[in-house]
Amino acid sequence: MSFDAPTIDYAGISPLIALTVGICVVLLSAVSPLRRWAPALTMVTLATAAGLLIWHWGENLDLVAGALRLDDLAIAISLIAILTAAVCVLLSIRERAVSEAGSGEYHALLLGSVLGMVLLAQAENLVSFFIALETLSIPLYILCATNLSREGSLESGLKYLIVGSLGSATLLYGLAFIYGGTGSTDFAGIARGMAHGGLIGDPLILIGIAMSAVGLAFKTSIAPFHQWTPDVYEGAPTPITGFMAVATKAAAFAVFIRFFDGALGPQVDDWQPALAALAAISIVVGNVGALGQSSLKRMLGYSGIAQAGYILGGVVVATEAGASSLVFYLAAYALMNLAAFAVVVARERETPYGDSVRAVRGLGAERPLLAWPLTISMLALAGLPATAGFIGKLYLIEALVEGGYTWLGVFIAVGTMISLGYYLPVVAAMWMRGGEAPSGAPAIAGAAPEADPVDPEAGRRWYLAGPALLAAAATVFFGVIPQPLVEFAERAGASLF
Amino acid sequence: MINALLWTPLAFAVVGLFLPKRATGWWATLGAVATLAIAVGMVFDFDSGNSGLQHSVEVAWISGLGVDYSLGLDGLNLFLVLLTAVLWVGGIAFGAFREQERPQLFFFLMLLAETATIGAFLAQDLLLFVLFFDFMLVPFYFLFGAWGTDRSAEGGMTAPAATLKMIVYTLIGSLLMLVAAIATAIIAADGGQITFSIAELKQQGIGVESQRWIFWFFAAAFLVKMPAFMLHGWMPDAYRAAPLPALIVFSGVLAKVGAYGFLRVVLPVFPDATVEFQEVVLVVALASVLYGSVMAFTQTNVRLIAGYSSIAQLGFITLGIFALRADGSDGAVLQMVNHGLVVAPVFVIVAILAERTGTEDLRSMGGMAMRAPVLAALFLVVALATLAMPGSANFIGEFYILNGLFQEKIVFACIAISGVAMSAYYALRLYQRTMHNRLPDGVASREISLRDGLVLAPLVACIVALALYPQLILERTAPTVKQTIAAVKRGDAPEGKLAER
Repeated sequence: MSFDAPTIDYAGISPLIALTVGICVVLLSAVSPLRRWAPALTMVTLATAAGLLIWHWGENLDLVAGALRLDDLAIAISLIAILTAAVCVLLSIRERAVSEAGSGEYHALLLGSVLGMVLLAQAENLVSFFIALETLSIPLYILCATNLSREGSLESGLKYLIVGSLGSATLLYGLAFIYGGTGSTDFAGIARGMAHGGLIGDPLILIGIAMSAVGLAFKTSIAPFHQWTPDVYEGAPTPITGFMAVATKAAAFAVFIRFFDGALGPQVDDWQPALAALAAISIVVGNVGALGQSSLKRMLGYSGIAQAGYILGGVVVATEAGASSLVFYLAAYALMNLAAFAVVVARERETPYGDSVRAVRGLGAERPLLAWPLTISMLALAGLPATAGFIGKLYLIEALVEGGYTWLGVFIAVGTMISLGYYLPVVAAMWMRGGEAPSGAPAIAGAAPEADPVDPEAGRRWYLAGPALLAAAATVFFGVIPQPLVEFAERAGASLF
Repeated sequence: MINALLWTPLAFAVVGLFLPKRATGWWATLGAVATLAIAVGMVFDFDSGNSGLQHSVEVAWISGLGVDYSLGLDGLNLFLVLLTAVLWVGGIAFGAFREQERPQLFFFLMLLAETATIGAFLAQDLLLFVLFFDFMLVPFYFLFGAWGTDRSAEGGMTAPAATLKMIVYTLIGSLLMLVAAIATAIIAADGGQITFSIAELKQQGIGVESQRWIFWFFAAAFLVKMPAFMLHGWMPDAYRAAPLPALIVFSGVLAKVGAYGFLRVVLPVFPDATVEFQEVVLVVALASVLYGSVMAFTQTNVRLIAGYSSIAQLGFITLGIFALRADGSDGAVLQMVNHGLVVAPVFVIVAILAERTGTEDLRSMGGMAMRAPVLAALFLVVALATLAMPGSANFIGEFYILNGLFQEKIVFACIAISGVAMSAYYALRLYQRTMHNRLPDGVASREISLRDGLVLAPLVACIVALALYPQLILERTAPTVKQTIAAVKRGDAPEGKLAER
């Protein structure tokens, strides 16, 4: 009897292999003389994975019997996640959390999460989808709690664990309904089952869709499933907050759009209005919630909720332009946020104010090299022209209007206006006299005793100032010459349809 | 050439960042003068019989989104660009003569603002226009917020708060305009290749239904910028907070971008909605004239007198545009330049007076003319031009506007005339209260210093030159205006409401 072993495209899964090997090496380095080299090994791993992904750009491979699909969308999103992880590694140098958790463990967990993201971006099957999501999430639960000496960090980790598990459970339940209805775990099979099985509008399928939307909304912090976001962001070590804010969102949106626009495509008329409503709620809740926040991390958390609402618009329209605008916005969002988080990390170490807005007061005169990146980041997040944020909004609104969702475009515009109310006070605090943010209670994170300045020269360290400046420069570059990034996003979007 | 016009200020701005503190002011002045030289060159080079775009540049910018880098000069924007270049020389020179905090950044932002403003005037791509229109705010946000005056002791706002208010107000309109611009292009493309080129959008046209809401999104942006009555809430606080060099250019030029937007975008691309909502806009404009005038002669803060008079003047300009007749719009374009040229010197004089008396309150000023005949004479020219004295170019501008309005909407014209009378009152009140009467205690009247004279005299010379030869503007503007207005009327042809009489 002959047996055909399934052909395994080792070249196709090489990025995953590289990351897995990297995790093992970094973890083992903790018990070897290489301990001090864990960050460097992590960077090498990330660079290798990125290189292998770029090698497959444009190939659009189906892998592991269709469970994964390494297309341009997956590569684009994976690259965003890897870039973010690399910045996170730099920001983690000399971070208290790293020494407390152990450098090897910390970086291995980070790589584990990246592995989950790269896998999630490729998921084309309910099983790989769920496994990847858990691979992504579980290391993050731990990473949030790595700052062992701070109560806030432990609280953050526990909160994220509980809410994240709830989200995962809801999602899994929803996926079960969809599998039950269509009899397939393959995204393509689900779409076929729906279109030909007379399941359009079937109540059980609709429940499944609703529950999976809720589960994904938890992961992407879409309102009204966002309550965990500000608390978790505030408590987690800042480099990890930055990583979560950007990379998790990117990976979760990749599967969001792949699952909804692909597998659930035949049901588009049923879920489209619901997702549009979620996006609108998110835009309002995030922007209003961010007003008056005195902790920069909480503010960025709320702003992330609003930005998730904008990005969800790219999923809602279910068009190629929507997918492209989503990728573009995620890339721009990564640059803007990384610049901001790098500055927040630097100021946390320089001043006793933690992540409070007070930490950046007078920054324009004191540390122009930190003030410029944060200024550019805030203006870009607010969508002002000559930044990638403006082009991103333009792209999204264009996709929305084309897809018949002009009202959601108007919502983005209205949300952007509200957002000026919290982005600009940060800029004012840096450059203007008397330009403080609305006076609230002193930020709890800032007042914590262990937040004493650990490194008064942090703002001059290459590993903090470098990423901030580069990300800000890229934000402006892609705001003035957006064509390369637009083409990148177009390729990624086209691979989905 | 047109690229040089747009980017020269920015190039000087970037280099200026790296110069020693004392040199930056002069370097920036040089940059503004260089820009002015280019702008003057383009006026000489302008073919006045041609109604189309000249010196135009068109390069694909974001081809995936249909956005082009497209610039051009025609009768509508030629003199507004020149006005921008002139006032920026004045504003920057005025700033350079005085000590500034963090001068590198200050002059960087001033020149950046010049590039943004010229860009808004030159842009021939709707999205590029929106981009520059929004971007103008960024440098002014920093200028007003970081170099502004804290008025919280006088019951006003701190500079950052006043600036934030201004930004939120003006961006509300601008962001809706972004959505509207995108919607216009997509509706006009009708499934085809998307383009934001204003000329092509004009050709393609969009349905009346869509025009209705899109019109208001654009109108909101432009009316807030002007500002028009009811949308002017940001103006008093921002004007009181602003540093004077920035306020000179802001009040002189930025308000006109709003009025210009109507002529450049709204009239050609949304002709049906323009005709439909003509009277609504006229009512708003008329209200601005009356409200601005009344406020201008009741205020005692000299900055606010100038600010409210701008509301009234911009109301006039809007009336001229929405008369939807060639003479009204001719007058509007002329008046935009005139108003920029008179309001900027007013602020220079305000600054000089405030430095001498230590206050900006009209009640504690007076008697300056006694020892300062030159200053008084210069101010008198400006004041007479503001009240549109016959013989000034402002008279001709207002005459054209009212003439156009009379032919079209006689009732509006009759009421608007009262605005002319009121402008005489507030202009003369401002002049008398500052120059005549007694000197307040402890204030010495001095002649204008040479350095301020160097800023003020050329601006006044421009006013006089235009008074002598307004044809300079009118004959270059007329062909383009005629074409713009003809496009609106064509849209209205079936009803014949606006047919040539």
